[in-house]
Amino acid sequence: MTAPLLETRGVWQRFGGLVANSDVSISVGRGEIVGLIGPNGAGKSTLFNLIAGVLPPTQGSIMFDGEDVTMLPAAERCQRGVGRTFQVVKSFETMTVIDNVIVGALIRNTKMRIARQKAYEVLEFCGLAARADKLAADLVPSEKRRLEVARALATEPKLLLLDEVLTGLTPVEAQTGVDLVRKVRATGVTVLMVEHVMEIVMPLVDRAIVLNLGKVLVEGKPTEVVRNPEVISAYLGDRHAVGA
Amino acid sequence: MDTHFAQRRRRDLIVAACLAVIAALVPLFVKDVYIQNIMVLTLMYAALSQSWNILSGYCGQISLGHALYFGLGAYTTALLFTKFGVLPWFGMLAGGAISAVIAMALGYPCFRLRGHYFVIATIVIAEIALLLIQNWDWAGAALGIDIPVRGDSWLKFQFTRSKLPYFYFALALACIAWLVTWWLEDSKWGYWWRAVKDNPDAAESLGVVVFNSKMGAAAVSAFLVAVGGSFYAQFVSYIDPESVMGFQFSLLMALPAVLGGIGTLWGPVLGAVILIPLTELTRSFVGGSGRGVDLIVYGALIVAISLALPKGLVSVFGMLSGRKGAAR
Repeated sequence: MTAPLLETRGVWQRFGGLVANSDVSISVGRGEIVGLIGPNGAGKSTLFNLIAGVLPPTQGSIMFDGEDVTMLPAAERCQRGVGRTFQVVKSFETMTVIDNVIVGALIRNTKMRIARQKAYEVLEFCGLAARADKLAADLVPSEKRRLEVARALATEPKLLLLDEVLTGLTPVEAQTGVDLVRKVRATGVTVLMVEHVMEIVMPLVDRAIVLNLGKVLVEGKPTEVVRNPEVISAYLGDRHAVGA
Repeated sequence: MDTHFAQRRRRDLIVAACLAVIAALVPLFVKDVYIQNIMVLTLMYAALSQSWNILSGYCGQISLGHALYFGLGAYTTALLFTKFGVLPWFGMLAGGAISAVIAMALGYPCFRLRGHYFVIATIVIAEIALLLIQNWDWAGAALGIDIPVRGDSWLKFQFTRSKLPYFYFALALACIAWLVTWWLEDSKWGYWWRAVKDNPDAAESLGVVVFNSKMGAAAVSAFLVAVGGSFYAQFVSYIDPESVMGFQFSLLMALPAVLGGIGTLWGPVLGAVILIPLTELTRSFVGGSGRGVDLIVYGALIVAISLALPKGLVSVFGMLSGRKGAAR
């Protein structure tokens, strides 16, 4: 295999006395869909923010596309091809849906007409074209999630970071989301997704990385990971792990 | 698919052109100097508020210290003319450039502040500048500067016999500020600014360098406001610190935009057309009684509108045409 698209090398993040990530080394290969899972407080969101460039890690380094991006701010990482969504949706509420996506498209297209065209194509891809002229504030929650994805896709990322985009959706909406993620990967984009809902994520991802207490607990094929006693004990407590 | 959008942009441009032509014809029928004076002020505040709106409306960085740039424009022009004989036209550009640079220098520390803290910083900085000018002897200190009258000419931008040249310049300024906003609205910067206002974290994640976007908005906004200040100095031909840099100017720049619709293309124009004549008329008809009736009327109107139409008067047009008014 060629060099991974994303690699974290011994990443630590401390918030005062709290260690959110300790010595996390993961890698994501080109074209993969990788799931980042773990119980609440496992440090998933922190790792996610470190990869997206929201804050630099306390220690360790982050390699993206063969370059060290550890100290680069979020906007610069987006420029290099890291797109992300937010767990708590952060739409530009006073702007229309298409204008939201245009903001993302502008990083690759300086001509407004082309950026608008591009944004519309992305909306069609994400099934939001009919909503293009609505205000983002008027979308229902599942549409807002898709808008997050559309906005990130408009930046033409190499790596798409999805932060719980399938959580809190109805089964039908979640299935639409799963289909969208597959479609995204089919266009050659690598996907790293944080998820809670195991039964949705597991059939979707090629590989799962389980974080617990800020450390990588297990990683491997989804079918193996869910049977791993350590994972079961992390999620459900030791009592359940004994039986497994 | 973008025809709807393109149509709306074209329609805005046509409406603006029609309004400008109508405004240009008004002085042919209105000869009353007092009314003409109000019209000049209305156009000037429309331009100022439109410029303020770029930083505070579109980019969401509420400034209540724009009197600083207004004063800088006025003082630069007046000082260059009285001390060095530099024509006001160059003074105008110099004032604009100096203001833009100062806006960025101040933005460098201040744009790290968010929300109310930023607003407070802008007020404080403008007040400090006011105190500095009041104690700067070379610039006339608290007495100010009397701009000597050297006869009517466009070259020196002085007119004593008629207010009309000022009227047309103010109209041109309002048109320029509107056009700049119109153009920016569908530019990379326009989108970035609105994104920064709505959600800086999301903007950053989409490759928008939030800090630089704010700096750009501050520079454009300060430049245009300073040009307005230069104009005002020529218009009144006497300036002192309080009369060009007082806090009331910061408010008078913000209010039309807030009243008309903050962060919208038409808000500042609409707000200025209603607010400025109202200010002047209430002052001359019910002011002077010593009971402050004009201020009561004025304040009541602002409260009423902000309660009834929190998105500003432009939202009425959206409702009339059955659209959601918030987008513009």
